[in-house]
Amino acid sequence: MPEQFYGIRHHGPGSARAVALSLARQQPSIVLIEGPPEADDLVPWVADAALEPPIALLGYSADDPRRSAFWPFAVFSPEWQALRWAVTHDVPVRFFDLPFSFRLSATAPPSKEDKSVRPVDPIGELAAAAGYDDPERWWEDVVEHRGMPAFEAVGEAMAAIRESSPEDPEDLVREAYMRTVLREVRREHENIAVVCGAWHVPALDRKVTLKEDQALLKGRRRSKVTFTWVPWTYGRLSSWSGYGAGVRSPGWYHHLFTTTSEVVPRWLVDAAGVLRAEGVPTSSSHVIEATRLAEALATLRGRPLAGLAEVTEAAESVMCDGERLRVELIDRKLVVGERLGSVPEEMPAVPLAKDLAAQQRGLRLKPEASQRVLELDLRREIDLNRSRLLHRLRLLDVPWGQSQSGRQGTGTFRESWRLQWQPEFAVSLVEGSMWGTTVAAAATARVTDRARKAATLAEVTALVEVCLLGDLQEAYPPVLAALDVRAAEDSDVTHLMAALPALARTVRYGDVRRSDVEGLSTVTASLLGRVCAGLPAAVASLSDEAAKDLRKHIDGVHAAIALLDDEPMRERWLAALTSVAGRTELHGLLAGRLTRLLMDAGRLAPAEVRRRLRLPLTVGTPPAHAAAWVEGFLSGGGLLLVHDDLLLELLDDWLADIESSSFDQVLPLLRRTFGAFAAGERRAIGERIAHGRTAVNGAEAALDHERAAQVLPTLAALLGVPARSAGAPR
Amino acid sequence: MTALRPHAEDQYADELAALAAADDRPRPPGWRMSPHAVVTYLLGDGAKITPKYVGPRRLLEVAVSTLVTDRALLLLGVPGTAKTWVSEHLAAAISGDSTLLVQGTAGTAEEAIRYGWNYARLLAEGPSEAALVASPVMRAMRTGTIARIEELTRMPSDVQDALITVLSEKTLPVPELNTEVPAQRGFNVIATANDRDRGVNDLSSALRRRFNTVVLPLPASADEEVDIVARRVAQLGRSLDLPEVPAAMEEIRRVVTIFRELRSGMTEDGRTKLKSPTGTLSTAEAISVITNGIALSTHFGDGRLRSADVAGGILGAVIKDPVSDDVVWREYLETVVRERADWRDFYRAARDA
Repeated sequence: MPEQFYGIRHHGPGSARAVALSLARQQPSIVLIEGPPEADDLVPWVADAALEPPIALLGYSADDPRRSAFWPFAVFSPEWQALRWAVTHDVPVRFFDLPFSFRLSATAPPSKEDKSVRPVDPIGELAAAAGYDDPERWWEDVVEHRGMPAFEAVGEAMAAIRESSPEDPEDLVREAYMRTVLREVRREHENIAVVCGAWHVPALDRKVTLKEDQALLKGRRRSKVTFTWVPWTYGRLSSWSGYGAGVRSPGWYHHLFTTTSEVVPRWLVDAAGVLRAEGVPTSSSHVIEATRLAEALATLRGRPLAGLAEVTEAAESVMCDGERLRVELIDRKLVVGERLGSVPEEMPAVPLAKDLAAQQRGLRLKPEASQRVLELDLRREIDLNRSRLLHRLRLLDVPWGQSQSGRQGTGTFRESWRLQWQPEFAVSLVEGSMWGTTVAAAATARVTDRARKAATLAEVTALVEVCLLGDLQEAYPPVLAALDVRAAEDSDVTHLMAALPALARTVRYGDVRRSDVEGLSTVTASLLGRVCAGLPAAVASLSDEAAKDLRKHIDGVHAAIALLDDEPMRERWLAALTSVAGRTELHGLLAGRLTRLLMDAGRLAPAEVRRRLRLPLTVGTPPAHAAAWVEGFLSGGGLLLVHDDLLLELLDDWLADIESSSFDQVLPLLRRTFGAFAAGERRAIGERIAHGRTAVNGAEAALDHERAAQVLPTLAALLGVPARSAGAPR
Repeated sequence: MTALRPHAEDQYADELAALAAADDRPRPPGWRMSPHAVVTYLLGDGAKITPKYVGPRRLLEVAVSTLVTDRALLLLGVPGTAKTWVSEHLAAAISGDSTLLVQGTAGTAEEAIRYGWNYARLLAEGPSEAALVASPVMRAMRTGTIARIEELTRMPSDVQDALITVLSEKTLPVPELNTEVPAQRGFNVIATANDRDRGVNDLSSALRRRFNTVVLPLPASADEEVDIVARRVAQLGRSLDLPEVPAAMEEIRRVVTIFRELRSGMTEDGRTKLKSPTGTLSTAEAISVITNGIALSTHFGDGRLRSADVAGGILGAVIKDPVSDDVVWREYLETVVRERADWRDFYRAARDA
């Protein structure tokens, strides 16, 4: 038989079956497949039983592994079927698409995937002509459901479309290369099988001279690229658009390809199985009725056979009772599927492993099977990078270094790690290579994925921290977006408040790690907005325990706001506190605390504070409330009392004001609060009171500003901030 | 005399006749027209057939196919998603009669689904055919037409279960007369139920199994919803003799946007996630907020629909649970409304409301 063109739809199960049948009939002496020619050496691996689809060819530039591309194959990919047929029948295979290295040299930025969108969507044109709104459905109806595609007819249809549509220059170059290979092969073989996307068939068939093709290919340089097989998943296949033919339903295609009879009932039986596994009672009668409905729907829509749309709708209506969650369950488990491919262990090293090896050399960190402890000083460039690498590896399930948090000592710039290399890390690296070709890229992709799937706010906050530790700049936008989403969903204000201080610290200091984060402050601001909105509801009717907890959080947020040094945010927070503090039913601890915070912020005049201070001691206040109030007002402020004249004065006045008859009642409250201060603090407070306050005020007035200013340059140098003029605010 | 609201089969009699006349596809036994024509009747054909339902075609296809496979159809959805409307038009198109209706309430008795007795005759003549009072379901079975059951989940569970025999055996035994009423071809049941009421009297799994469920969604896009609200408000305004209010479009859009954002828990630009209040915030409620606002502005305002006129209505629609919904609304106000420059007046009005 002469040469045959098989114009296929990438990842189309019908095409795959047809290609396998046709190859068996044609018995070609060589098979040409659309794919990167550099991967020809990897074809023999297909015979290895351990190479199990879904898998992908991973190609990357040898000098720069970040420039990489994937060519995924599933069991229902026509290309995979052609490969399998050729390898089992000992027929030579050649990939004959444009070499990957040509594409690398052609475009300056790394062409991560083939983004060339054709001027028109060929299948879409055909489908529209046939009156279909969805091209996928048209292809399913006309080609795949009829079992056997008429390859010639598809080729002719494509030729008709291509005549009247503009050409993508990238396509022309690729086809020129394909023709060049085809010419070369024709010299040695007569019986050739060509498996390529239907779009290319008319171009390969056309008579074009060698010279024209060479002119198109001129100036393309080859750079060194390396290829390997990596495992793939159906989940990745469904979100993949590398061929321009993304597969939204790999699980369904797998089913279509592997099931030869009773396609619809078998699918619905599987769907019932998925539901039963989740504890949804689903009887055989459900399956029967769903099958009937799917068939009735297909008839109503004039389709030869029920397709994915019909079975999904039937399952939704009959088996899921119209519940969205169950439909999504079927979608995830069945329509997309969770199948994971595998590659043999002897497969050549993946770029991720190479990248790691290069970094290990650069950072002078040898992987050793024995355990050792590594002390890092993050102020040194090399140690900082080592720390980042170890943090990133942990994200990729390669816990080479275990952080020794217990022994961190003082200062944020010290880190201690226990290093031990395990052989199974190599496997993790192979699995991790589906996330990216470098440690940084893979870690970024992984964090992004985890942020998307995270269920709680705490999880995402932890990821923000991880991004910071691993210096994953590109992961910030998605992680912060996830943070925003979780913050909106979390109805517990204390969770939001707990998340705020860490974020504020990151914003303020950018950390020892010198990361500067755009967008973090926006998220922090929106988080604060939510806290302010939720605070009034959160303070109502609290138990003692809850009040204590909330006080801690309020203090944390207050400190964070002070750190941020952002006037509008401070304004908003204080406004929220003011509105809450005025409420009468507030728990004593919080009422006292809020009064204190507002006083410190200058929001309450001393007279007002004095009035509020007196209130707990009046008859109408239960003793427990009063005790809590005083505790909230004074707690943690032992040292402050020594130095804050205003506060001390207030307290002193208040004490002096208490009538002797009620002093006995107040005493236990005071003792309870003051008892919590350190002995030294108590003594200092006592001494201050004993010496009288006027002297202190006099000392303040005598402050010599000029003399004081002399120390400022030294102080600035010590703190590492630019020196400011003496009068400037902080 | 004209009825306040004629039945679907009377109001659209000419459309039904035209469709039936032009229909050359096979009709299931007992149907007035083919399934395809039924779908066209509901969705309109862009020419002389007006659309009765605005929404995804596939849902109606599933609904009609369900009736073809003689399974009962359960239309689910939050209030205000046109469940009753769809069921009435389906019955009108398929059987030409939408009047065989059982209204489900807590007080609905089994007689409403099976049969009752004319007690005077029963006492005078003893049990006989003549003393039997047929329910709408029984009449539908006899004539081979569609019976409609509104608010199925509001009926007591034991009354609901009277449907099981009807739906599985397609016959209604009358043991008192030692006879039965077999369903003629073309008989079927369309029930509607409220998503939010599931807890009231949830269907037993035996009954549930006999229904195919179709969930009618809220409008998919803001424009679609604004369109529905504006059209409905205009109709209602005419029937209430309210004057045309200028510049209402802007407020309608705002109300629809607020309802959609709170309902979906996400701002329209997809940037900010929000909490959702406990209420349903259906399109029907948006319509009533606007009509209410127009009435306010006409009778107590300056005749223009202002943000203050709708703010109170929105607050009432959103805050159904005084504690948790209040937090949701405040958070929305502070994080979303406050940031929108052209919503200043509304922000102020809503804060004061």
